[in-house]
Amino acid sequence: MGLGFSLVAVLTLVLIALGGVGGANLQYLFGVIIPYAAIATFIVGFTLKVLGWAKVPVPFRIPTTSGQMKSFPWINHDKFDNPDTTGQVVGRMLLEVLLFRSLFRNTKTELRDGPRLAYGSDKWLWLAGLAFHWSFLVIVLRHLRFFFADVPVLVQAIEGLDGFLQVGAPLLYITDVVIISAVTYLFIRRVIIPQVRYISLPADYFPLFLILGIAITGVLMRYFIRIHVVGIKELAMGLVTLKPVVPEGIGVLFYIHMFIVSTLRMYFPFSKLMHMGGVFLSPTRNLANNNRRQRHENPWNYDVKVHTYEAYEDEFREKMKESGLPVEKE
Amino acid sequence: MGTPKPEELIQKIDLTPQWPGWMDTPTEIKPGNFCWGAKAKDLDGIGFPNPREWNPGEEDWKLPENWKEIVIEGLRERLEKYRTLKVFMDICVRCGACADKCHFFLGSGDPKNMPVLRAELLRSIYRREFTTAGKILGKFAGARELTMDVFKEMWYYFFQCTECRRCSVFCPFGIDTAEITIIGRELLNLLGCNIAWITGPVNNCYHKGNHLGLEPHAIMSSLEYMIDDIEEYTGVKVEPTFNRKGAEILFITPSGDLFADPGTFTCMGYLLMFHELGLDYTWSTYASEGGNFGFFTTNEMAKRLNYKMYAEAKRLGVKWIIGGECGHMWRVLNQYMDTWNGPADFLEVPVSPITGTRFDNAKQLKMIHAVEFTADLIKNNKLKLDPSRNDHLTVTYHDSCNTARGMGFMDEPRYVINSVCNNFFDMPENTIREQTFCCGSGSGLNASENMDLRMKGGLPRANAVKYVNEKHGVNLLANICAIDRAALTSSMDYWVPGVAVAGVHELVANAMVFKGQGKRTVDLRGEDIPGMEEEEEAEEAAESIAVQEPQEEAAGAAGEEGSE
Amino acid sequence: MKLYDGGKIITGLVIFVGLMLSPFILGMAKPGEKPDPKTDTPEIQEMEEKDRKCVEPKEFMRTSHMVFIDSWRDQALRDGDRVYENSEGKEIDISLQNTCMKCHSNKKKFCDECHNYMAVKPYCWDCHIVPEEKEGGV
Repeated sequence: MGLGFSLVAVLTLVLIALGGVGGANLQYLFGVIIPYAAIATFIVGFTLKVLGWAKVPVPFRIPTTSGQMKSFPWINHDKFDNPDTTGQVVGRMLLEVLLFRSLFRNTKTELRDGPRLAYGSDKWLWLAGLAFHWSFLVIVLRHLRFFFADVPVLVQAIEGLDGFLQVGAPLLYITDVVIISAVTYLFIRRVIIPQVRYISLPADYFPLFLILGIAITGVLMRYFIRIHVVGIKELAMGLVTLKPVVPEGIGVLFYIHMFIVSTLRMYFPFSKLMHMGGVFLSPTRNLANNNRRQRHENPWNYDVKVHTYEAYEDEFREKMKESGLPVEKE
Repeated sequence: MGTPKPEELIQKIDLTPQWPGWMDTPTEIKPGNFCWGAKAKDLDGIGFPNPREWNPGEEDWKLPENWKEIVIEGLRERLEKYRTLKVFMDICVRCGACADKCHFFLGSGDPKNMPVLRAELLRSIYRREFTTAGKILGKFAGARELTMDVFKEMWYYFFQCTECRRCSVFCPFGIDTAEITIIGRELLNLLGCNIAWITGPVNNCYHKGNHLGLEPHAIMSSLEYMIDDIEEYTGVKVEPTFNRKGAEILFITPSGDLFADPGTFTCMGYLLMFHELGLDYTWSTYASEGGNFGFFTTNEMAKRLNYKMYAEAKRLGVKWIIGGECGHMWRVLNQYMDTWNGPADFLEVPVSPITGTRFDNAKQLKMIHAVEFTADLIKNNKLKLDPSRNDHLTVTYHDSCNTARGMGFMDEPRYVINSVCNNFFDMPENTIREQTFCCGSGSGLNASENMDLRMKGGLPRANAVKYVNEKHGVNLLANICAIDRAALTSSMDYWVPGVAVAGVHELVANAMVFKGQGKRTVDLRGEDIPGMEEEEEAEEAAESIAVQEPQEEAAGAAGEEGSE
Repeated sequence: MKLYDGGKIITGLVIFVGLMLSPFILGMAKPGEKPDPKTDTPEIQEMEEKDRKCVEPKEFMRTSHMVFIDSWRDQALRDGDRVYENSEGKEIDISLQNTCMKCHSNKKKFCDECHNYMAVKPYCWDCHIVPEEKEGGV
């Protein structure tokens, strides 16, 4: 249900852009107004969401410790799985954000005869996740060539590396192959692993199809259905210089691509995709496990009703005296 | 109880979820899988809302008319207080990495025991009430209405989670189901919907100082039994003190260790070791509970119970505190205590009076773990040990969820065990340290009416024990948790008969050689130590040299082991 | 509005939003000029009006010259076939130097104009010799 719904939704988006530009000639709407609205929604929505999280305090220091804590000098401290200092926390976060450290631990459990529970290493999710996210990042960076008059050297270098196989013309980008393979894998595992299929919501399929749609239209434009690429840069530069222009003859495929990208941007702040910001704010990962050494304040800590020793002694004084326990009041 | 036999229980596990989807599958509250509802007198005793007699198995839970409003408002309040909750509600991508990491899912196959779905129970309400998409798109956005059935479902599954945090280790965003369950249980508590096995101990602990409700004289007589046993088995007469002002150290351990085997043996271990060291320490009858079942009700209640530790340390004028072997106790101490009830400026940074080691890692909390204390003693050669006294044991170690994932206390206990036992084998790596499996009965679920559930949840741990039992002949499961000592005993009897359960300090005391001790042919359980009893008759006459005897035997026994 | 860990979070957000907006900021500071490839070389101007056209239509060449030239290379170098029949049935000599650059003798003002704008670096001139351009003629 979620799958079909999401697929239809993304196909509808494609048709809207196709009809809007190919049929109704709404180039300005799809090339200027919607992209502007999308980037504004994305930035404002993203910021507000993160500020919404920032408004909520972290009352307790509760890192999930995934290794040996700092202890005696003669016990080996697992610095990045159980950080003790801010520097080590930064290390843990970098490993988490850049290399998906936690997911790397993933195992697959099977119940075999015996009975015997067997745990196998299962790195596919980690690998596909990492491949997907990194190629997405590289692709985004590559696209910066459309947005700068002088394309930064870094962007050119990334592009050079991405195309270093020198296959075909225009050169085949490695990330184009990787992202489509990885997203396809992530989709297939969602459908065929029974537990994952069971937990999947429309909100899980929808972004997968959106991203797949973006990648496919992008690949089509680069390798198969030619578009007026200089015109696209003129349009992009028009957007970023706030002097929007809609050059002639760009090709409807570009507007479809742009429309799905805009949808993704607008959808982003209201969806699970906010894990991009959230991963940095997860208190089980971004805090040091040093509570015994360093105080952590709870901003809403309040006095609670307690049962004092005096009340306790009042209740048990006679019994305490009989047992020879010292008491405060005779 | 109608707990099925192990073979039957195994047969029923199917890890493949069956359609229709979880939102369309009504929850059936099954006997053997839930605990009795919180009793009116206990709720009343601790000032919790809606005290009444009720039975979760019945239709009417006797909730106030505005129950739904109370839950939603409670959720709103907590979304503003806990960043964990807010972020975890928003960012799960349902990648499924956590799905097969939960012992309850692996042991029951119930899809709602997958950590992600346990959180979705609450998340679906959050989306419906607090997000625009959820309000408009409803089910398509993964949102659903909070109905009485949904409320009962949350109750059922938040009391099928032991807050062990294993899923959280694997989650790419560190989403911690324990946090979801803790807050979920807070919401349930707003309507008096806890379980009797939790609120009973909480009420006891609040008024009497410990979960078991032992009054001062009962604590003392419990310990007196142990003192007698210790003297009988070792010839050593220990003399603990209670509520003694001016002692250097306050010792607090879970009350389970005062009451039931095999926890009592661990307690006897502390008594012996502290006595042997001549430690200037005292017990307290007021702060006589290390554990904190309040942690399984609400944050506030946990703080109210925890208050006693520092308050008593202050009243008695001790310098610092040693805490006994307990799992969730140490998560609470390590991650909450100072924030709740600190700073304890009236205490000093713990310094071992025996070794002089300064515990700077605890300089804020002023409380150290008994195993930490002992590891330091052993490292500094301050305990006279004869590990061969434990040669009849082949030991493995169960990391408690809380000390592993809420603290990272993993190598200290292993160091101690390896120093007092010659035969130690770890379980497979996916089942120990940060990946350790819960005993199946943590977070207040170790009642008897839910034995079916507990044995299911205990399967992954037991299965790993069985592996080392078959491979290495492991016959003793060591641990540093009072709930483990009780729960794993049942779980071993059920899944891996023949494996005993013991706290680490029981092993320590059994391996210790005491000043001027008599001939010791039995362990702290009063059981003959194989290899020690034979000489009893032969050397009766030579009892005066018995002190040296264990040493020689150690060499002999080690040689035998080595030749195997 | 009270923020917790506000310093760190705001810093992170500023960096993130700054990166997102960097094209706008830099674009306003330096809008750049849109490319204007010139087709007014002396060679082209000498041609008669009706002959002033490329081997294939302008729109096709604009979007697809890279693929087109690439297929020329393959045909000429790998198959040894140096004759191309265009869409009008006219036979054309496959040669970058002698066909393309014969008319477009202004590499800088024709090829490089867009290539630089798009920051693409075709590797044509790894093998081919860059034609000499007449000073001032471009």
